[in-house]
Amino acid sequence: MADVQSTAAVDNKALASAMAEPLRAPANVKRRAAYGTLALALVAFPQVFDSPFLHHVMIILFMYALMAQSWNILAGFCGQISLGHATFFGIGAYSTGYLFFAYQLSPWIGLGVGVLLAMLMAIAIGIPTFRLRGHYFAIATLLIGEGVQIFFQRWELVGAASGIFLPIVREQAWLNFQFHDTKLPYYYIILVFLALASFIVWRLDRSRIGFYFRAIRDEPEAASSLGVNVTLYKSFAFMISAGLMSMAGAFYCQYVLVIDPETVFPLSLSILVVLMAVMGGAGTLWGPIIGAAVLVPLSEVTRVYFGGTGGSLDLMIYGALIVLICIFKPEGLVGAVKVLRPVAGEEKTNHGDARS
Amino acid sequence: MTWEIVIQAIISGLLMGLVYALIAAGLSLIFGLMEIVNFAHGEFMMISMYAAFWLWALFGLDPLYSVPLCATLMFFMGVATHYGIIRHILGASMLAQICATFGLAVFLRALAQFLWTPDFRSIANPLVEGRVELAGVFLGLPQIVASVGCLFAFGFLYLFITRTETGLALQATAQDRQAAELMGIPTDRMFALGWGIGAACVGVAGVFLSTFYYVFPEVGLPFALLAYVAVAMGGFGSILGSLVAGILIGLVESLGGLLIDPSYKLLIVFGLYLTVVVFRPRGLFGRF
Repeated sequence: MADVQSTAAVDNKALASAMAEPLRAPANVKRRAAYGTLALALVAFPQVFDSPFLHHVMIILFMYALMAQSWNILAGFCGQISLGHATFFGIGAYSTGYLFFAYQLSPWIGLGVGVLLAMLMAIAIGIPTFRLRGHYFAIATLLIGEGVQIFFQRWELVGAASGIFLPIVREQAWLNFQFHDTKLPYYYIILVFLALASFIVWRLDRSRIGFYFRAIRDEPEAASSLGVNVTLYKSFAFMISAGLMSMAGAFYCQYVLVIDPETVFPLSLSILVVLMAVMGGAGTLWGPIIGAAVLVPLSEVTRVYFGGTGGSLDLMIYGALIVLICIFKPEGLVGAVKVLRPVAGEEKTNHGDARS
Repeated sequence: MTWEIVIQAIISGLLMGLVYALIAAGLSLIFGLMEIVNFAHGEFMMISMYAAFWLWALFGLDPLYSVPLCATLMFFMGVATHYGIIRHILGASMLAQICATFGLAVFLRALAQFLWTPDFRSIANPLVEGRVELAGVFLGLPQIVASVGCLFAFGFLYLFITRTETGLALQATAQDRQAAELMGIPTDRMFALGWGIGAACVGVAGVFLSTFYYVFPEVGLPFALLAYVAVAMGGFGSILGSLVAGILIGLVESLGGLLIDPSYKLLIVFGLYLTVVVFRPRGLFGRF
């Protein structure tokens, strides 16, 4: 009974915020201006700073932010903690790489195929595992991820453990998704992918489906008893999440042009994505992006300064940071940012006004 | 394929199964107590293996002698983990709990790589080496010693949990924390004790493994994966369940490797996990 009431309250809140649209206009304008400035800054960034290293760091940052954002949809919003998301990254990378390598199909087609395959895979994984709760689901995805990696390490057709070396093609760069003279196109492509993922999260967050997702995350039984088709919406979240992850994989494949199971399916990648999203703030729009913005430069800089062993120094800092975050700020860095910026506070008062 | 090979696979699966069982028992104990999966379990094992390695390399102490030393070290590491990290995240979301232990795992693995490089190391000329032949079946002596050692440690753990007052207090804490607190059981210290014992279990298994297995920063991962499978199959929190599941996994792994393909043996074990949790979500046994 209490659950019914609380959901009714949630509905009221949605209604109230919908009615409050005109009241919120000033904050909205401010926010739009902020978003616009950010977008302009990101588009202008590579034109202003022309260091290839900086471009590379930003590209990797966007790629990880895209992955963390995709994980965020399934785990942050819908509450299904996947520890095997590298699976979809690998599927995207292999679809793109293999179709180009074997049939000279444009990587853009490969990307589409990869997204479809990742979505199908998500359903195939979801059907048996969505019945599992909490840790059982997390460990199941972890083991499936490891299993898929083992499978690809033995699969001769796609090069087994040595993977695929993509043929270098210099003509028709956009069609072949290979840019050898400049990193700029990569920068803009991954920026668009990330923007797409973030837009999806932003839309979902305020839509009815977003409410269903959070209801499933917080009170699965109550959601189910109120007629939310839990399995359907979990599958939906998993499919979007897997599709976006696969796009990141396809991009990675075209960016480095060499893929093998060790680099595209590792557990460490799945974990890194989780840590980034949680560090920034799971279940929020900006959390995964902030997490990537903190961790990726850290890792690239330590790699430059400490050479080969830098690869472990950055992980030491990651590990320690994430433990500290979990202890002191379990809602992620986004919480800290919100405290610093009064914008969120203003919004709250506006909500309050609308309701009273 | 002759019968000797099959029997050999069964026995070596059984031997490894006992090692898995001890690793899983530590994991299961911690989960049973506080519903937290220790994702740094494999890294605890790795640290213990390095401890055994360095005691041998620097002081010439054979791993078989350093078992109590390493177990004590790991006990304190487990206790420190509880007081340093775990007690602060007991009320946090499951995601924060998962990430805290994963963060610890990432930290420990990177630390090992930083301090001791990713090189594979092994202990040369251990006290026990070579293999014995029993009726046409060849068995490695270190493996036999390891599994007997792990079985002893397991028996010790089981007796401690079921026969001593402290063990009963542990069980009470696992069953109902608040009721245990009302009975005057210091549950926070029980949690610390659980972490200590859990880490010591995996530490003992690690020392025995170091006599016939390479020592490197990522060594813990496959063992931890098998331990997750064993714990889920045995039922989270069930110590006896992890014994049965550990042995079962050892058998499935070695027979599956023999009958199908060695490179797919982990896949078979993972398939076993999915089958068990989908059809019997609470595992083969309940909780202790």
